Amino acid sequence: MTGTSPGNAVLEAVDLSVAIVGTTITVVEPTSFSLAPGEILGLVGESGSGKTTLGLALLAHHRRGLRLSGGRVLIRGQDLLRIPPDQLPARRRGLIRYVPQNPGTALNPGLRIGTQLAECFATPPANGNDHLLALLEDVKLPPTPALLRAYPHQLSGGQQQRVAIAMAFAERPPVIVMDEPTTGLDVTTQAHVLQTVRQLCARHAVAALYVSHDLAVVATLAHRVAVMYAGRVVELGPTGRVLHQPAHPYTRALIEAVPDLDRRTAVAGIAGQAPEPARRPAGCAFAPRCALALDACRAEPPALAAIDTDHLVACLRPTSGRSAPAPPSSSPVPGASALPALEVRNISARHGATVVLHGASFSVSPQTCVALVGESGSGKTTLGQIIAGLHHDWDGDILLGGAPLAHRSAQRSAAQRCHIQYIFQNPYSSFNPRRRIGESIAMAVRAFESPSASDLRRRVAEALDMVALPREAASRYPHQLSGGQRQRAAIARALITGPKLLICDEITSALDVSVQAVIVRLLARLQQEHGLSLLFITHNLALVRSIAQHVLVMHGGRIIESEPVDQVLDAPQQSQTRRLLADAPRFSAAPVTLGVGDG
Amino acid sequence: MSRLARWWPNTATGTIGAILVLLVVAIALVGPFVAPHSPTSFVGASFAPPTAAYPLGTDALGRDVLSRVLWGGYRILGLAGIATALGVLTGAVIGVIAGYVGGLIDEIVMRLVDVAMAFPQIILVLLFISIIGAKLWLLTVMVAAVHAPQVARVARAATLRVAREDFVRFAEAIGTPFRRIVARELLPNIVAPLMVECGLRFAYSISLIAGLNFLGFGVQPPAADWGLMINENRIGLMGNPWPVLAPVLLIAVLTIGMNLLTDTLARTELGHGIETGPVTTNATPDIPEPERS
Repeated sequence: MTGTSPGNAVLEAVDLSVAIVGTTITVVEPTSFSLAPGEILGLVGESGSGKTTLGLALLAHHRRGLRLSGGRVLIRGQDLLRIPPDQLPARRRGLIRYVPQNPGTALNPGLRIGTQLAECFATPPANGNDHLLALLEDVKLPPTPALLRAYPHQLSGGQQQRVAIAMAFAERPPVIVMDEPTTGLDVTTQAHVLQTVRQLCARHAVAALYVSHDLAVVATLAHRVAVMYAGRVVELGPTGRVLHQPAHPYTRALIEAVPDLDRRTAVAGIAGQAPEPARRPAGCAFAPRCALALDACRAEPPALAAIDTDHLVACLRPTSGRSAPAPPSSSPVPGASALPALEVRNISARHGATVVLHGASFSVSPQTCVALVGESGSGKTTLGQIIAGLHHDWDGDILLGGAPLAHRSAQRSAAQRCHIQYIFQNPYSSFNPRRRIGESIAMAVRAFESPSASDLRRRVAEALDMVALPREAASRYPHQLSGGQRQRAAIARALITGPKLLICDEITSALDVSVQAVIVRLLARLQQEHGLSLLFITHNLALVRSIAQHVLVMHGGRIIESEPVDQVLDAPQQSQTRRLLADAPRFSAAPVTLGVGDG
Repeated sequence: MSRLARWWPNTATGTIGAILVLLVVAIALVGPFVAPHSPTSFVGASFAPPTAAYPLGTDALGRDVLSRVLWGGYRILGLAGIATALGVLTGAVIGVIAGYVGGLIDEIVMRLVDVAMAFPQIILVLLFISIIGAKLWLLTVMVAAVHAPQVARVARAATLRVAREDFVRFAEAIGTPFRRIVARELLPNIVAPLMVECGLRFAYSISLIAGLNFLGFGVQPPAADWGLMINENRIGLMGNPWPVLAPVLLIAVLTIGMNLLTDTLARTELGHGIETGPVTTNATPDIPEPERS
């Protein structure tokens, strides 16, 4: 049941499971799979599905509070879980290596790059620096002695991640586990790193487990995909099959939640939440959220079974094929003659001595969603903060409904502050942790009017209804809500004042795709029902297609393109836009096959 | 009740610390009511060793040591408490404003704090006391003044972290007044480090005030006081060590207990409050420890 014949497998995991220390609560249920030399297996799942835990378990490692509760990890015939702990580091290093999500924490800030690369070898390489330079060349870094002498902080995030990858590949281990290595990088850097990983694995016949929450990344990289849900692999098969003909209802729902860069689709979220390890139901963990669930599904978890060669599914009612993408929601057409809700004229801005915006001008029509896209550092967040009055060092004019706006929010009229609301990127930091959600939402009202206590309670409840949060959420503290719930509460806080313009700064980038889909649908509905204008700042071009009517592309502090969404995405005029589009991982990428010559 | 339960330490060291602190505080507060004798009446020969009637013997003037120990705590603890509260409050306000406003004001305030910290603290206190005189209010204010700059540094560092958070920016965006941002958004979120600071400063206040009493600048004879007792009785250490040993032990136990307690608070409570999730990733709350093989 491992997909590839065990004979040529380089890694074989058999009934590997992880539990919480001192309990029988399993975080990863017994899982078996194998990796062939040079094969990349994409392990996808949402937060809390146990994908990182499973990845670490392959290294016979676990986070504090967990324990490896059973199974075997065979690499070249050795069972990693049976190696005594004192010998583990020495014997593991030649078998399996790890690339962490955040290279900033993997590299020692006090040691030069060359020193850290040299440390990766059990015995120092014979030809010293030449060997290290070759490693740098492998990961497409300039092979210069200057780079070997550099400290990690002198490198960009993408370069740091390449060094971390070079360190993992240094001794040519048979297997590498990569945990979301491109998550913090922008699309261009991500595309380069992915290409490097693909080439290195093929050239050195290194098998890799690539852990990711991003289906599009996995689609461009992996030969096979394993989908995890609530600690279980629910579907495992060739990338093309799993992503284009998903058989498990969860896989299908997950794929429908992903916006497609090439087509306008109405993304669909998944109702409900994944159960926590201690609260998993007796049967299939997805059954409570599954439309196809039978009584048998709730009795006991279905085993992973083959429905086709190499395609395994843990479902009693596997479906074949992907349902036709939902038709796009009709986008509201703004009245052509309408006065723009927001007009930005010739804005230049500075951060200290650095000029970050060079004369940006654009306007937002009423009831329109304008997407602001660009790579990190292109100035899109600064532009959003200027409009909200949170960044003060700028010249130019901003007109809200025809009236000019002052530099600082404190200098603007209460009505102006009330009509522009800002939603922040990080739902984990946008609520005061010492205050209940309801009080935080009420604070937004109290800033502009002084309603009675009962009136306030009613309005908070209505705002929570609007974003589909239970009214009990008002009496919770932020840490008691999930990221997606907090982001919805942040939207409720922004809506309660009755704004005309909502500035959304990467509001879904910290969320799982299924939650992102729920939020995007919510915003589209609110836009129509309340006549909102949206300025939607994002780096996710596929998402733009699903939500926006107009796109502004920023590059180096300038708006280089300002066109309706389909025109920008289908017929980009500027080379920078074309590059952004080319680098974005595509969900409908051609399936990757493990060729014979790959070794 | 749940708020109290939240602050009660949940580790062994923390529990031991809390018990030690409560023990000494209880002795100081309840002591005067249960003392067998008046702290100032002469009951026997000087430096008489312990007997059944006088379990800790007598001191230099033949007064009952046990009674004096029981009477001698509430003043020093009270003074230390007031001085600590005053010092932490002043320091917190200075630090929060400097940290939040930033820029030139931050620069000026923090350099002044550096200047204040460059003075040897005990000398500074003695200087003022020698000019104005040995008054208890002055003692309190001076001890508070010793604490304020150090607390200001801690409060500023904590504020810098909180002030970056989006909920503070949100409060700014809807035009919340400065005073409310400081009082409602910033201060509640640096309570944990301030509580830790309170504990450490309290223990330090005790030793500082006991030291000043020892030198004769604080509580005046014939009042009973732990610091004063050490000074009065150090010549009779060979005859009856208890008039020195008992106050020393109590101050030591209090200081150790306070350090254990605040250590635990620092480790557990500081982690709560601000919780910054990943910014660019899906919401995995726990990032695995980097693997180095």
